[in-house]
Amino acid sequence: MLELRSLSKSFGGLLATADVSLAVPEGRIVSLIGPNGAGKTTLFAIASGFLTPDSGSIHFLGQDVTGLPPHEICRLGLVRTFQVVKPFAEQSVRENILVGAHLRRAGHRDAAEKADEVAELVGMTGRMDDLAGSLTIAGRKRLELAKALATEPKLLLLDEVMAGLNPTEIEEIIPVIHRLRDSGLTIMLIEHVMQAVMKLSEYTWVLNQGRLIAEGSPQQIARDPAVIEAYLGHGLAARIEAENRANA
Amino acid sequence: MRTLAAIAVFGFAMAVLPAFGPTDFMLSFLTLMLLFAYLGQGWNILGGYGGQFSFGNTVFFGAGLYVTVITQVQFGLGPWAGLAAALLAGAAVAFAIGWLSFRYGLRGSYFALITLAFAEVFRIVANSIAITGAGAGLQVPLDPSPANLQFVGREGFYWIILALTVGSLLLAWQLERSRFGVYLIAIRDDEDAARALGVDIFRTKLRAIVLVGAMTALGGAFYGQMFLYVDPHIAFGVSVSVEVLLVSIVGGMGTVFGPLLGAAALHTLSEVARETMGDTPGLNLALYGALLVVMVMFLPKGLFGLASFSARRLLKGWRS
Repeated sequence: MLELRSLSKSFGGLLATADVSLAVPEGRIVSLIGPNGAGKTTLFAIASGFLTPDSGSIHFLGQDVTGLPPHEICRLGLVRTFQVVKPFAEQSVRENILVGAHLRRAGHRDAAEKADEVAELVGMTGRMDDLAGSLTIAGRKRLELAKALATEPKLLLLDEVMAGLNPTEIEEIIPVIHRLRDSGLTIMLIEHVMQAVMKLSEYTWVLNQGRLIAEGSPQQIARDPAVIEAYLGHGLAARIEAENRANA
Repeated sequence: MRTLAAIAVFGFAMAVLPAFGPTDFMLSFLTLMLLFAYLGQGWNILGGYGGQFSFGNTVFFGAGLYVTVITQVQFGLGPWAGLAAALLAGAAVAFAIGWLSFRYGLRGSYFALITLAFAEVFRIVANSIAITGAGAGLQVPLDPSPANLQFVGREGFYWIILALTVGSLLLAWQLERSRFGVYLIAIRDDEDAARALGVDIFRTKLRAIVLVGAMTALGGAFYGQMFLYVDPHIAFGVSVSVEVLLVSIVGGMGTVFGPLLGAAALHTLSEVARETMGDTPGLNLALYGALLVVMVMFLPKGLFGLASFSARRLLKGWRS
């Protein structure tokens, strides 16, 4: 569905994305993990048209979308959310969702109906008239999700929608994401909350310093020595391995 | 719906007002006030709703004003052709300025400065070429008849400008419930978030400025018909640019009635100042400046926001 081919992007001397290739299959929940600064958000920004890659190409639904502006990529059905959520703070929740809903619905009433529908899906029906700026962090994350959903996407790139939520709030949002997948949406997550990655994701890529260092099911990834090293430091994987052997 | 009812009541009350025998002075005062409510609504669409602060809206006003006068004086065509040409000229000038500014991503003070610069360039050009009558300006021969869009009494233009103002109120009302308006407000609040949701920000801003250019030029054209005279200073001086943004800011940016309230407040204030302190040149501008400082410091949401603001203040005082 989404295919990234040898993408590279650097900022000054810093290589943020180095020769990354991956293909997101349709109808799945997949994820992208990696330590802070690994280049996950940069990759999302490239895929959604906010940044143009220095080299490589992006294909969405069989079409080369490299260099297209974000609004055109969004129109094709690929939408991203922001890690640092971007509510239209001075506007109500309803007005926020309406912005997304208007993408495929020109009429005001039609778009408002879509907004109500999406609000129900993410559990914000009771908050429609609240100012977006007055929401808690969990509410803002939900709103971020709702705005993106209102554009009626085919592929949803979720950038840390669970960061900053407490375990109860995470438990509440996981079924929402499952329901979205069941309704036919493909979802790619960037996530630090491993509990969520394990529960939701069917396939995972691991980025470190701009490079893909591993991929596979979350269970495979959690055992991968390269991944453990990236997260916990050089030499640790070998030590854990040695200890395990000694204990056995 | 309440907004629509308020617009209807306002329009009706103002439309029947001439039947109660107001003085000429009062009609002129109201006509100019309404004109600035209308021009202010133009600024409000791009600045208040869209967050793009122009300091040079007079460039559209002046383009409309000059084009109407020139089509009559230099080309011998009627004022109706002049109005149509003015609309097109305003839209074209706005398209050019908007395309250049928004293509290169000029925002905030940079956009404000470039609009100011364009207005100045137009003033200098108008001051130095023959077709505009250069510094001496141009005068449309007086010949009152509806076909010439000139009237003997003051009521003619009063009603025309009132219709424009009511139209601009309806436009703002409609804007708030249309995709275009929703996109414009989204761009004001967060461009990146808007882009992520599929908003073409360049196109939306460009549409807004072209709309504003056309409506402001139409206002300029009627101004020309009222006074039958144009010179570079009237057309492209800073006063229109400043006044249209003032009426919006004072009245309440991004609200349907803001520019109307602002225009009423500012015009009443400057009239009272003239009555009490005499006709000192520039006095109204000094007053406007002082008022702007007070508004920005204490009433950032304008007169329209005053009611809710003071209610909240009282409530806070009550609690503490």
